[in-house]
Amino acid sequence: MSEPTIPAPTVDALAGLPLEHRRRPRGLLRRLLINPLSAAGLILVCVAVFVAVLAPEIAPSDPLSMAPEIRLSPPGVAHWLGTDDGGRDILSRIIYGTRSSLLTALGILAMASILGTIIGLVAGSCGGWVDEILMRVTDMFLAFPALVLAMGLAATLGPSLFNAMIATAIVWWPWYARLVRGQTLQLKHEAFVEAARIAGASAIRIAIHHILRNCLTPIIVQMSLDVGYAVLTLASLSFIGLGAQPPTPEWGSMVSIGRDYFLDQWWMVTFPGLAIFISVMAFNLLGDGLQEALSPRLRR
Amino acid sequence: MGTFILRRLLLMVVVLVGMSVITFALTHLVPGNPARLLAGQHASEDEVHAVSVLYGLDRPVPTQFWIYMSGLLRGDFGMSLTDRRPVMDDLRQFLPASIELTLAAIILVIVIGLPVGVMAGVRRGKPSDHLLRFLSVGGVSMPIFWFGIILQIVFYKRLQLLPIGGRLGILDIEPTQVTGFYLIDTLLDGDFTTFGSALLHLILPAATLAAGSLAVVTRMMRASVIEVLDADHVRTARAKGLSPALVLWRHVFRNALIPTTTVLGLQIGALLAGNVLAEVVFNWPGIGLYAVNAIRNLDYPAIMGVTLVISVIYVFVNLLVDIAYVLLDPRISLGGAAAGR
Repeated sequence: MSEPTIPAPTVDALAGLPLEHRRRPRGLLRRLLINPLSAAGLILVCVAVFVAVLAPEIAPSDPLSMAPEIRLSPPGVAHWLGTDDGGRDILSRIIYGTRSSLLTALGILAMASILGTIIGLVAGSCGGWVDEILMRVTDMFLAFPALVLAMGLAATLGPSLFNAMIATAIVWWPWYARLVRGQTLQLKHEAFVEAARIAGASAIRIAIHHILRNCLTPIIVQMSLDVGYAVLTLASLSFIGLGAQPPTPEWGSMVSIGRDYFLDQWWMVTFPGLAIFISVMAFNLLGDGLQEALSPRLRR
Repeated sequence: MGTFILRRLLLMVVVLVGMSVITFALTHLVPGNPARLLAGQHASEDEVHAVSVLYGLDRPVPTQFWIYMSGLLRGDFGMSLTDRRPVMDDLRQFLPASIELTLAAIILVIVIGLPVGVMAGVRRGKPSDHLLRFLSVGGVSMPIFWFGIILQIVFYKRLQLLPIGGRLGILDIEPTQVTGFYLIDTLLDGDFTTFGSALLHLILPAATLAAGSLAVVTRMMRASVIEVLDADHVRTARAKGLSPALVLWRHVFRNALIPTTTVLGLQIGALLAGNVLAEVVFNWPGIGLYAVNAIRNLDYPAIMGVTLVISVIYVFVNLLVDIAYVLLDPRISLGGAAAGR
């Protein structure tokens, strides 16, 4: 389990499992759908992806165009979720916000997992002082509370969604480095790796073809567990003004703006926050489900 | 045991030095010129230069680093660029508020999380257990800044039961600073009205902060209870005719508490960081709010100071948790625990 407020990734999703359980099992989808909670997560995630991809088609109006004459109108027939202080349709802004939230979350995970995987793979494969140095640096980063370090970094880089993404990725790679290193150390002594070595495969070939390939499932499970926390971290950074800048439609920054009006115009903060809540929950339910489906040890 | 603690302490020193290097690097990679910011937009070049000399910002980076590190050893974080006070004094002023809030949240987590976790574990597979699983996923998925605002809308605006933010009302008299914890200081003053007000002001921020950790701790407690319930010694206890309540208390609860303690300890770190968001929402004058203001003003010494202080507390708490874990569970081999995390 991971920290709630500073979304830090859960460690070692599948580490320690015998190899045969790590192969992607058949009927994964069926196993996910058996559990109502995972099924709900899967459906909601699909809806979110659908909304993000088709945002321009389904959004009732432009997320940026101002209409001062209808500013701060409550939810109603014309604007289902009301309008904000610029008269912009909140539903449309949330729909477009789905796009930036999902894209930046994927960006974080891609950067963190690639960097972490390379470092973990090098540390695990080389061993010795290389491993020692890389892992002590990793420990150093892990010693910080994730959100606090991300805040400091984002502040240093300057407030923008892209910088918030970079800052979060810098905070997150150590979890992947540790996961991949652990897997590498374990796989290094498997018979098929020994066989490849005896057959004369180079160290790089072994690392990429034999070890990395077998680390992919745990990395993917880890990423699925982390998407929700990535969305949450970005929204938190945007909320304190370090992520997306207004008027960009982004959930965290919408809540932040809505805070100035929340006592009378409750819809301005309620709906964007609900969007964060539901999507993070969907990813967490799906991630839990995936982890359970892929690791028999947890299936009780 | 002694060697274990010594080894962890040495490791902590290395980590702390590393952290100060990272924190220092953090604020010196920036393109912006803090001296310009400090001197104000309309300051002349000379004035900007004078400011950078005054704050040592004109020195070469290695020199600045040396000054910074030697200052740290004396507990000197430098001067805040915005209020022109030593950062240490600021932190000393704001830290108690954050600690009071964190402790209140932890108490909520313990008082609610442990019993609910036990209940869910005992009733595993029943509807109430499923409901709890759902709620706990909800708890960790909740953006706490949003949860706080929703609580404000409900309890301040609609129900008019609780104050919207701050540590005290406008009309309350601030207690004499002794511990910095208002709940204690007001009692020392014998001022029960202000004590009540401080307590009311604490409820919403603490509940906001606790929500996420509550979910994690409850889930952990449930899992450990389930594991212990299956253990042989519990069957033996039942077989020899102990009452279910006694079995639950003496044999299940106490053993299930061990892994939960670790998680609980780790949550303290999570809460410290979560403070930042809760303090912003509730305008709670702690180091979280101070940090956000420092970030908004590009007040580097303050940013470095807060980051470092929160992180040091975090590292220290984690060390204590590790030690507590070994003390609580003699089965853990010391070497394993030292290398374990």
